[in-house]
Amino acid sequence: MADTLEAQPESPGEWGRRRFLTWVVAAPTLMVAARLGLAPADAEAAQAPTEASQTPLSLYIAIQEDGRVIATLPRTEMGQGITTAVAMLVAEELDLPLDAVDVRSAGADSRWLVQLTGLSSTMRLLAGPLRAAAADARARLVTAAAFRWRVLALSLTTAQGEVRAPDGRRASYGELAVAASQVLLPAVSPLPKSVGEYTLVGRPTGRVDARDIITGAARYALDLDLPGALPTVVARPPTLRGTVQSFDDTPARSMPGVVGVVPLSSGVAVVARTFAQALAARDALRITWAPGPASALSDVDIRARLREAIGPRPLPPLLTTRTLEGRFDFPYLAHAPMETQSCVARVQGDQAEVWLGAQDPKYAQRVVARALGWELSPQRVTVNVTRAGGGFGRRFFSEAAVEAALVSRALGQPVKLLWTRNDDMRHGHFRPASHHRILAHLGPGGMLLGWNHRAAIPTLELPHGFGDALTALAGELLPQVTSTVFFALTQRSPYHFGLVSHELREVSVPIPTGSFRSVFTSQVGVANEVFVDQLARELQLDPVALRRSRLASSRLQAVLKKVVTVGQWGRALPTGVAQGVAVLEEWDSAIAHLVEVDVTGAVPRVLRIIIAADVGLPINPKGIEAQLQGAAVDAMSTTLSAGLHIDAGAVREGSFADYHWLRMKHVPSDIQVHLVRSDDRVGGVGELGYPSAAAALANAIARARGTMPTRFPILDEGA
Amino acid sequence: MPAHQFILNGRTVSVESPADLPLLWVLRDVLGVTGPKYGCGVGVCGACTSHLDGEAFRPCIHPVGDTTGRAVTTIEGLGAQGLHPVQEAWLEEDVAQCGFCQPGQIMAAVALLRRNAHPTDADIDAAMSDNVCRCGTYVRIRAAIQRAALLLRASAPTGGASLEGDPGTTGRP
Ligand code: FES
Ligand code: FES
Repeated sequence: MADTLEAQPESPGEWGRRRFLTWVVAAPTLMVAARLGLAPADAEAAQAPTEASQTPLSLYIAIQEDGRVIATLPRTEMGQGITTAVAMLVAEELDLPLDAVDVRSAGADSRWLVQLTGLSSTMRLLAGPLRAAAADARARLVTAAAFRWRVLALSLTTAQGEVRAPDGRRASYGELAVAASQVLLPAVSPLPKSVGEYTLVGRPTGRVDARDIITGAARYALDLDLPGALPTVVARPPTLRGTVQSFDDTPARSMPGVVGVVPLSSGVAVVARTFAQALAARDALRITWAPGPASALSDVDIRARLREAIGPRPLPPLLTTRTLEGRFDFPYLAHAPMETQSCVARVQGDQAEVWLGAQDPKYAQRVVARALGWELSPQRVTVNVTRAGGGFGRRFFSEAAVEAALVSRALGQPVKLLWTRNDDMRHGHFRPASHHRILAHLGPGGMLLGWNHRAAIPTLELPHGFGDALTALAGELLPQVTSTVFFALTQRSPYHFGLVSHELREVSVPIPTGSFRSVFTSQVGVANEVFVDQLARELQLDPVALRRSRLASSRLQAVLKKVVTVGQWGRALPTGVAQGVAVLEEWDSAIAHLVEVDVTGAVPRVLRIIIAADVGLPINPKGIEAQLQGAAVDAMSTTLSAGLHIDAGAVREGSFADYHWLRMKHVPSDIQVHLVRSDDRVGGVGELGYPSAAAALANAIARARGTMPTRFPILDEGA
Repeated sequence: MPAHQFILNGRTVSVESPADLPLLWVLRDVLGVTGPKYGCGVGVCGACTSHLDGEAFRPCIHPVGDTTGRAVTTIEGLGAQGLHPVQEAWLEEDVAQCGFCQPGQIMAAVALLRRNAHPTDADIDAAMSDNVCRCGTYVRIRAAIQRAALLLRASAPTGGASLEGDPGTTGRP
């Protein structure tokens, strides 16, 4: 039914990487869609929580009396534009104007087996089922009209939200919805359009929520107006995961506006009439903190542990005459979404309701239920998913929801809980630091015999829905989605480099971690591509020529060719200005970056970035361009200037004043995106654009300066 | 507690609060005006950027007491008579990603164009570099500002930037 339901050629015992990724996130949704979404008489589908005027035709599609179509998405809009892409797909299949479709994020709901927004999975894995559900809805509407008019269904057409008969009769979808929901067998094809029939999908389209955003009407969690919800902040320990030893809240309680003080395991919450009052009272708390588990660790200690974990070199392949070694260090990174962690919560009796921009609402539901002692009845917690002001992996975790629920219960009042920017920077789930050793083994005549990449990385706490998905599907085969498993299945080389191996040395460091845009590839993939350039230097080859001669994938060859042509690779440049390239194939997509940088000033200045991406069928080229431009800025920021420091178990950086994310003045006007299309599969976009952008920038700097950067962020090398 | 009277998006409002209460919380918690966002609370991110007498300012570090008798304009008040040309340009360039920084970016851009009807890219960099966009929409913001400058010049017969659609400046020269 869906084009993402590909045949799985491997036997059950062979967990190929691609298969793993497809299963992890695709299959559960598809199973639900197949079981419920296309069976209107199904009891479970009928129980869908709907507004009075809505008729659900499937788990995905409901039609309102006024003819508007509501598409429900088991994913969260965090800025990646998925609501626009989904509205386009649904409007396309139902022959509707784009603005007649509303896309909503599903709350935590057991009928969706996976609700995790990440791994560039939304469009890649839901485009198929959504198209199928929308096409099926259209077929039912047509069938219902044929019934009503007693005409041949095949003679009817659809346009502008209506079914039309050759004799001029018309009926709006709104009128037909109830009858359509009772259709058992559509009398016209319920199959989606073929790509060649698209009129909307594939056209550069502005965001459907743009107007709300630019007028200030868009509502994030703390903009919701839940009557009586009280502003709440939490005093947090100076060190990561420190704990409260004792506290005196007498002065704080007598301050104006203060409603209550609630001790939590993460700190001490203060509730007041306004956030200003809550913040002032928080500062008046007298708390003695016990240091957190990492309080003996600073950057140097962590780096030393990681280096140590790399261990001795493995035996080189036979005939090796020379081995090149590269070492790389990456820092901890805070996700620092623009909207800090926040949540509105109301706990009353044995029911709880929370509102937040969760990247995994079912995980939020579970942790809130557990905190309230309702482990066995998580359905008592309703999770409403709001739009999120950026996620980047941070919102897989939902500490704010747990805190808000506990405080609401303690006070018997609804609360709105805000993490300050300091809280968000210093108590995150960070992209772990890492140390890498890459060995390139050369044989006679410079022949490349092997490539060994060993990465020492503190254990990555993986998003929880991720593990759920696998456990639900293949519990016996892979009961635990550990970081080792994920590493093994995602890290590989696109090159013919002889004997290639990627090894993870997990290091236990008691600092909270979480996945970041591109997950392990944000380090492993970057280091690989930087060292490919170093190899080219050693072999006195042009880096593009070396890649061309070794890349196995035709998609990578095509995107590389595109940036080389558009960016005029090798053209004469002034002294101190150089180009760098890098490539990546991941998430069913391929991408190449060409970056031009000027190192003549005090800090490297990026002059322009040329990006070529093959994401298969580009549903909304404008949205894809935005994602890739944004990822390039992420890559520039973290390659040049943004990184965290750990001082005795505490994060040094506290805001954008010292966490040097790039600003307007650092970013070139020219970040071009060119789409190369090899087929019509829907590839991932969100995570795709980071690693090769970072590596191409590092490579450009290496070529301009004559030395390869090995520690990131580059401008922090002395730290 | 003293009462503070100021003009918010063209309407006179009066708020009882300590004079040093940051205006951001007055707007958000007391008046329910949620367009200005909390991004840092210390004036370094620009998410709360609004206008005070037509100039960009940061309500998160601006005491309410200092607004008495003055005109505060938030994103909600910018396009009272339809979209402001800067908002139009934002739509045309499809700038927003998560959107959280965008009310502040737009207010900063409107203030820039009011001062400088012909900004160069360098002018834009100088005026906009204290507004963080974590989603990295800078390329499109820059393009949208240039587009808005054209729109504004086209709509202002004298060639100066138009103040139309900004009721926050009512009553000021
Ligand atoms: S919230 Fe005002 S500048 Fe950051
Ligand atoms: S659009 Fe997300 S921070 Fe700017």
